Amino acid sequence: MKALRTFRFWGLAPAWLLMGLTLIIPIGIVAGVSLGDRGPYGGFDWALNFTSYREILFTMGWTDELEFDPKYLMIIGRTLAYGLATTAICMALSVPVAYVIANAREGWKPVLVYLVTLPFWVSMIVRVYAWLIILGNEGLAEKTWKFFGGGDVDTFLFTPGAMLVGMVYSYIPLMVLPVYAAIEKLDPALLEASHDLYGNRWTTLRRVILPLTWPGLSAGAILVFVPAIGTVLEPMLLGGGKQMMMGTLIQTQFGGGRNWPFGAAVAMVLMALVVIVLILNARRAAGAAKEAAA
Amino acid sequence: MARGKAVEVYNVSKSFGSYQALDGVSFTIRENEFFTLLGPSGCGKTTLLRMIAGFESPSEGAILLNGAEIETLPPHKRRVNTVFQSYALFPHMTLAQNIAFGLENLGWDRKRREARVAEMLELVHMAPFAARRPAQLSGGQRQRIALARALAPEPQVLLLDEPLSALDLKLRQAMRDELRSLQKKTGITFIFVTHDQEEALDMSDRICVLGKGQIQQIGTPSEIYEDPANRFVADFIGETNFIETEVLSVEGGEARVRTPFGIEITARQKGLTGPGPATLSLRPEKIGMETQADGHVLQGTVSGRNYMGGYTHYTVDVAGQSLRVSRRNARSHADSYEPGQPVTLGFREDSARVLAR
Repeated sequence: MKALRTFRFWGLAPAWLLMGLTLIIPIGIVAGVSLGDRGPYGGFDWALNFTSYREILFTMGWTDELEFDPKYLMIIGRTLAYGLATTAICMALSVPVAYVIANAREGWKPVLVYLVTLPFWVSMIVRVYAWLIILGNEGLAEKTWKFFGGGDVDTFLFTPGAMLVGMVYSYIPLMVLPVYAAIEKLDPALLEASHDLYGNRWTTLRRVILPLTWPGLSAGAILVFVPAIGTVLEPMLLGGGKQMMMGTLIQTQFGGGRNWPFGAAVAMVLMALVVIVLILNARRAAGAAKEAAA
Repeated sequence: MARGKAVEVYNVSKSFGSYQALDGVSFTIRENEFFTLLGPSGCGKTTLLRMIAGFESPSEGAILLNGAEIETLPPHKRRVNTVFQSYALFPHMTLAQNIAFGLENLGWDRKRREARVAEMLELVHMAPFAARRPAQLSGGQRQRIALARALAPEPQVLLLDEPLSALDLKLRQAMRDELRSLQKKTGITFIFVTHDQEEALDMSDRICVLGKGQIQQIGTPSEIYEDPANRFVADFIGETNFIETEVLSVEGGEARVRTPFGIEITARQKGLTGPGPATLSLRPEKIGMETQADGHVLQGTVSGRNYMGGYTHYTVDVAGQSLRVSRRNARSHADSYEPGQPVTLGFREDSARVLAR
């Protein structure tokens, strides 16, 4: 027994070490910084107060009174909105793409899956810069737009649309792969059964395909939504920094803003949002599993 | 019986690339009929069923449902339901929801739907299981729910694609009777696809034997078994001895042939026009051993024996020919012939058939 316990301890030690070094300690440091005081020249001083969190909701008025200020709440709201929009667009685009891959000839499937993952081989910054050129003045987007008779445009860049394009482009492979896996598992006889029982395409999609591929869709939604709400590059480069998001807010606080504790506090809020999403999803999945077993 | 035509198939052909699955097939299925498409795998029977359901379309020809052309109708607009080989029950729905699915799509109101679902569950003896899901059922129970789901919308025709092939032997036997009585009770036309000749003989009103993409014969089970139209049918349905013979003369439905046993017989024929080589088909159970008083008598030697419990298959050498003879074991541990033992065989002319080679 003792030998087994010893083995368990040392056997798991590498995993604990990895978790500790890469997850628990860094988060602990960020949490610690968020409770500290802003240093006079950047950096921070150790302390134990929640002023940085308070700053998210309140500003110190001229008369040293706390006034409610929704400007950071709006950033949080905007971040969630962009995250949801990105997830929704990725989902809508992924289903047909995954469907085509799942119905491709056997030999082509691995090739198509490989093509979907191909962008990951190139650095994210390079890929976002590529969109800068495509969407920029006299870029491919503008030329195509004019070719099809579109009117004069100021610029595609630095608009919410450009940001969304960039975010969807960056994260869509994370949606396509789980959705493809779910559609691939779908028994074609079930679709035939639906058509046979007077279900048209829409009914079949709504009542058979979506419920049965939902595990893949929800996994994809999590994989897209979580990095999307933490994104920095797209709002900075494609949005031109005009639309402040939580990612860019954190970045500026640690950079130019020189308010580490505030940046750390926003980072903790972002992490809390992610954890909430994951908990909700885990609960829903557990509920679904329970229902399926009942 | 003056019954309407449920399904008419006119000169239907289907090719997949260079492979010809069906080649000019025509037949008519009557209302309330239990019609079986029987044939070896690859004979085109499932393709035919899928064309009636609407999952495939014929390369040539036409299919009529209750006298109306259905070529342009997608599957969900055909009043035809299918029992799939794999059952294809929706795993995320309860049994009641599975059965209600077709009714909802047809726009039945809730009250009517619930009554019909209850009626269907009752019909297949699954009422206590309404709230379960397909994963919690045994194979036979899934089969019943698949039937109930397909019958619930009162289709004009029910298509069954080898529905018994996934069940074990005992259950298959029971389900045959159940299917047959369901068909009688509901009065719906059944089109049943199988490669199992026993199932076909047991359940069908009429059987269509398909082979090599073409119809080999259509008839009642006893017509198909007793009067096969050709060698393919005689060979595929049941067991038989093929004996190569010489036709001496053909007169109407009968032919006079010279057998290798040194005797001449007159038997019913199919597909012959005049003298020449032909095949004599003689079923193993139609040959008697010693006890047979009337008919032609042959002398032979037992060369093999297969004991099957209810009956014994003997292989008997007669004048250089190997004949399979089946003998019912009417009494326990009764007389049995040993290999090497000489025996006397007898058969009646009217149980032999002469077929074109």
